[in-house]
Amino acid sequence: MMTSPDPVTLAILKGRLEQIADEMDATLYRSAFNPIIAEARDACHGIYHPTNGDTLVQGTQGLPIFVGAMSFAVRAVIEKVARDGDLDPGDTFLFNDPYAGGTHLNDFRLVRPVFHEGRLFCWLASVGHWLDIGGNVPGNFNARATESHQEGVRIPPVKLIRGGRLDQDLLDILAANSRVPQSNWGDLNGQLNALDLGQRRLDALLAEYGAPVLEGAWSALLDRAEALMRAEIASLPDGTYAFEDFLDNDGITDEPLRIALDMTVEGDALHLDFSRSSAACAGPLNIARATAIACCYVALKHAFPEVPANAGVLRGVRFTLPPTSLLSAEAPRPVGGYTETILRVIGVVFGALAKADPARATAAPFGTINALSMAGSRANGGRFVLFSFFGGGLGGNPEGDGLTHANNPISTATMPPAEILEAAHPVMFTQWALRPGSAGDGRHRGGLGAIYEIETLAPGTTEVFLLGERGRFAPFGVQGGGPAALNRFSWTTDGATWNTPPLASKVVGVTLPQGGRVRLETPGGGGWGDPTERDPAARAEDLRQGYVA
Amino acid sequence: MSAIIGVDVGGTFTDLFLFDPTTGAFRTAKVPSQRGDEAVGFLQGLSALGDVAGFGAIVHGTTVGTNALLERKGCRLGVITTQGFRDVLEMRRRDRPRAWGLWGSFTPIAERALRVEVPERTLADGTIQTPVDLDAVRAAASALLAEGAQAVALVFINSYANPANERAAAAALRALWPNAHVSVSSEILPEIREFERASTTALNAYLQPKVADYLERLEGALASRRFTGRFHIVQSNGGIMSTARARATPARTALSGPAAGVIAAAAIARAAGFPNVITGDLGGTSFDVSLVVEGEMALAAQTTVDFGLVIRSPMIEITTIGAGGGSIARVDAGGLLQVGPESAGSRPGPVCYGQGNTRPTLTDANLVLGRINAARPIGGALARLDSAAAEAAILEHVGRPLGLDAASAAEAIIRVANARMAGAIRLVSIERGHDPGEFALLPFGGGGALHVGALLREVGLRAALVPRFPGITSALGCVLADVRHDATRTLNLDLAGLNAAALSRHLVETAAATRAVVEDAGLPLTGIESVFELDMHYLGQTHTVAVPLPGAEVTEEIIRTAFDAAYSRAFSRLLPGIGVRILSSRVTAIGRRPAFDMAALAPPATSRTTPLEARQVRFDGAWWTTPVFARLELPAGHVVQGPALLEQPDTTILVEPGLAARTDTLGNLILERT
Repeated sequence: MMTSPDPVTLAILKGRLEQIADEMDATLYRSAFNPIIAEARDACHGIYHPTNGDTLVQGTQGLPIFVGAMSFAVRAVIEKVARDGDLDPGDTFLFNDPYAGGTHLNDFRLVRPVFHEGRLFCWLASVGHWLDIGGNVPGNFNARATESHQEGVRIPPVKLIRGGRLDQDLLDILAANSRVPQSNWGDLNGQLNALDLGQRRLDALLAEYGAPVLEGAWSALLDRAEALMRAEIASLPDGTYAFEDFLDNDGITDEPLRIALDMTVEGDALHLDFSRSSAACAGPLNIARATAIACCYVALKHAFPEVPANAGVLRGVRFTLPPTSLLSAEAPRPVGGYTETILRVIGVVFGALAKADPARATAAPFGTINALSMAGSRANGGRFVLFSFFGGGLGGNPEGDGLTHANNPISTATMPPAEILEAAHPVMFTQWALRPGSAGDGRHRGGLGAIYEIETLAPGTTEVFLLGERGRFAPFGVQGGGPAALNRFSWTTDGATWNTPPLASKVVGVTLPQGGRVRLETPGGGGWGDPTERDPAARAEDLRQGYVA
Repeated sequence: MSAIIGVDVGGTFTDLFLFDPTTGAFRTAKVPSQRGDEAVGFLQGLSALGDVAGFGAIVHGTTVGTNALLERKGCRLGVITTQGFRDVLEMRRRDRPRAWGLWGSFTPIAERALRVEVPERTLADGTIQTPVDLDAVRAAASALLAEGAQAVALVFINSYANPANERAAAAALRALWPNAHVSVSSEILPEIREFERASTTALNAYLQPKVADYLERLEGALASRRFTGRFHIVQSNGGIMSTARARATPARTALSGPAAGVIAAAAIARAAGFPNVITGDLGGTSFDVSLVVEGEMALAAQTTVDFGLVIRSPMIEITTIGAGGGSIARVDAGGLLQVGPESAGSRPGPVCYGQGNTRPTLTDANLVLGRINAARPIGGALARLDSAAAEAAILEHVGRPLGLDAASAAEAIIRVANARMAGAIRLVSIERGHDPGEFALLPFGGGGALHVGALLREVGLRAALVPRFPGITSALGCVLADVRHDATRTLNLDLAGLNAAALSRHLVETAAATRAVVEDAGLPLTGIESVFELDMHYLGQTHTVAVPLPGAEVTEEIIRTAFDAAYSRAFSRLLPGIGVRILSSRVTAIGRRPAFDMAALAPPATSRTTPLEARQVRFDGAWWTTPVFARLELPAGHVVQGPALLEQPDTTILVEPGLAARTDTLGNLILERT
């Protein structure tokens, strides 16, 4: 039995519910151990529907791609409960299975039921990127994986907490399967802190308003999101718009992979058909179907930022993702490089939207996370794993030049400061700078990418791994704008000769001696509009500030 | 004890509040501010209160820093930094202005051509890997001076771990830099995270010339009147500090004026029985909103002034938007009506001031709608306001482009401004999980009370509370503000095996040193309190928990108990078995100022409850015959039904149809829906 709240109560409850998710986010950021969560905020929290797992409320700071993916994760737990018939207050599930809820093995999900007056009222969930979970490559971005088992340890949805009692056996298994067990344990506790807080806050809200009002509120919030998204779709001219782009390779075979979209607008409904995309690949550039849907959600939310973030957004959108496609992979196809594929999917959605609605066209963002890991031993013998991903430029747009050195559309993650990375690992940044000439030209140019150069200080050798993209296919411009610079990775062992990888953007097991360096030069964003129409004063300023080479 | 004067120099008006601690008496004054020559209004206001030479102390809340930041009018700034790192300020933390939507841009406060690298390197453990090249520092300084830099920020990587290179460079730099505007990161914020440290240091330097020049002019003016008392500045954390410290750390004055206002607002509302308050300060250039819950103001450890502009220093949490009485209304290229953030300030000010501005402002719109009395302008400096000019400007810049007559265009300007203000109020209340129905809105600043009715309805607030003298709230806050001084030191100690005696000694010594600074302020105090805190975490975490200590005398056990308590309050799980580390200590001395009895502001026994006149005022598309009352003459308990205008020298209160205004025993006006 639900009650429709009046508009003012609805507005208040929307704020209160988002506040709960925001506070859960903040609790994990502050108590996590690994900088990917604590500094880069690669995490997300929300409140989910009891029977279908729909996203009801999401923290405003949470990682956008998780916002789209989390409902699939909750659904995986709902299916598990349906199979086992075993759910009690005080239970909490844990898993990282990418085929049951999307993304990749590093993302550990905790899902907890909230009971009210003896019945399941909703789910709370927390996801965070753990530093390392076994596999061939420290940090788990294995560019040469051909099956999931080489990427790391896969945990299906299991009960971590049973009736309030933590399963120590499971913790021991997790600890034995990571290079950095204490970091993972700290992060796990941070996620439990977040769930505990969410549960306390939700209990208080339930006591104040009662279940019917809250249920009425999220039903109304979902309807409102649906209506707003449908209105945005209806504002696009009916028709089919095709756009395609390519990934460099899958890390195994040096052949491009096609991401092709036929987007059909029909009234207030949208059909996203990816049938013409490449088939599943041998390497880790596959993504699960849930991930594909989640990243289209991210693209639409960026194109129409006023639409609220909940499951209502997707009610007017239909997907065609053939089961043989690299956008619909099943176990044990490797998915560790999922970030690159979803960025290309998002770019392709932007490309198709630019055709449908030139007035709001946005050029391609830099489009690669450049997952870099460096691993070795410290002077005291302890093992270290530096893992980070890097920034680049956003695309030019009708409003102005693209933003310089931004995060990717799938992320709100901030970059860990160089000082935090240097304090945690035996490395020294020798450059942390803008990359002149990296932006696509245009009436409004793209934002600039960056150059990061890192020297190893560890006494022994340091192993380097990179999973990137855009080494062969540059971020595209729109409305006549030019492409941005390609992504470029290089390294030196002697300080004189610089080497580049044969697969352009993917590196496994390069070994550096102490004093060796790696160098990452990231793409800017594509340009918007005819470059000859660029304001001469803006062009002169670009030259004076050294934004162009 | 001689008189203490609180002075609040806003963009539009300078407000003063004189408090005589021996008699408990007070007086107020209000004069127009003069942009660029604030000393004139400052002295004019002081003279109105008596002989400047006889005053004991002056405490000043200023928005000079706030405005320079909001309008990006600091100085031409140079940056000298470690080789390889000149773009830190522009690269930020690789963020975006908004989570959703990919448009937007960022302009750093120091342009790239004025950011210079020098050879030097310190490692994270404090090892000097490359000693600083002082010749390169000198060459960089000369190059920046040649480019016209007025101030310089010095930021070396890892200088928090070992400031030796930075200190050597600072000495060389200061030896040749022609002024005192050199900000050094290890002096301003000796903390890890180069972007936050660089941003705080750069913003400090960006404000230095403007704030130093400003304080120098004020001190010169005071000296010319033979003032020999103490002159202090309100900090963004609500405490006050000396002008010497304000010159060196102007970033700490970024929210000086607003902080003073919130201090007073909290005290007034508490006395009136409203523990939950949203303050809204509508000045000439900005609208500042902050939250007081159960009488407590929130402090934020870090404030984002604007996208990519971060100041890390404790400040009263205030949400500022660029919408004030002087905000300019225009129709943008997309045909959308915008109000602010560009502002005409008080010079030239709104069109109706007749001082040369021809673009319409929010004040002009209020005048055209009959809400402001053209014949009795607030502050008394102007004889009357030019309604015809205001109307013509609104018609030309807003009416014609939108196809509206002047009155409808003026209403549209007010609706847009109100929506922006309501948005700011929602941000601090609803969006943080507070029910606005439990809060009273307390407007201060000259124009706030014209808008409370609309905001009350739009946001669903419980009531609005208009203080008896809303214009002088910030000035009153200067008189009430405690004296504060804090000292932070990086420690990096393991808790296990801690040398507690040495730490206790450090805390005791720091407490004595900070108390001495507070005593040295020379203001009457009822007592000085010392607060001791450690920033701690589990080994491996990057963020810390602030751990309050019971006192300066500590043992390993006392600290562990305090850490467990603080960690448990913040999070639900302790992590036994993982080492605990103390990163830094913070000792704060707080000198409590004598209480001010709000009853002193109560209305007089004599009263007048009949209207002075009736005016035509426009509400929702129609003109209403609206009675005008003298607000300060209304007796306690009296209720006025809307529509009505209540006038007093420093503000005008608009009681819209459907609202009632009641005068309480302390002279506050309580507006509620009927």
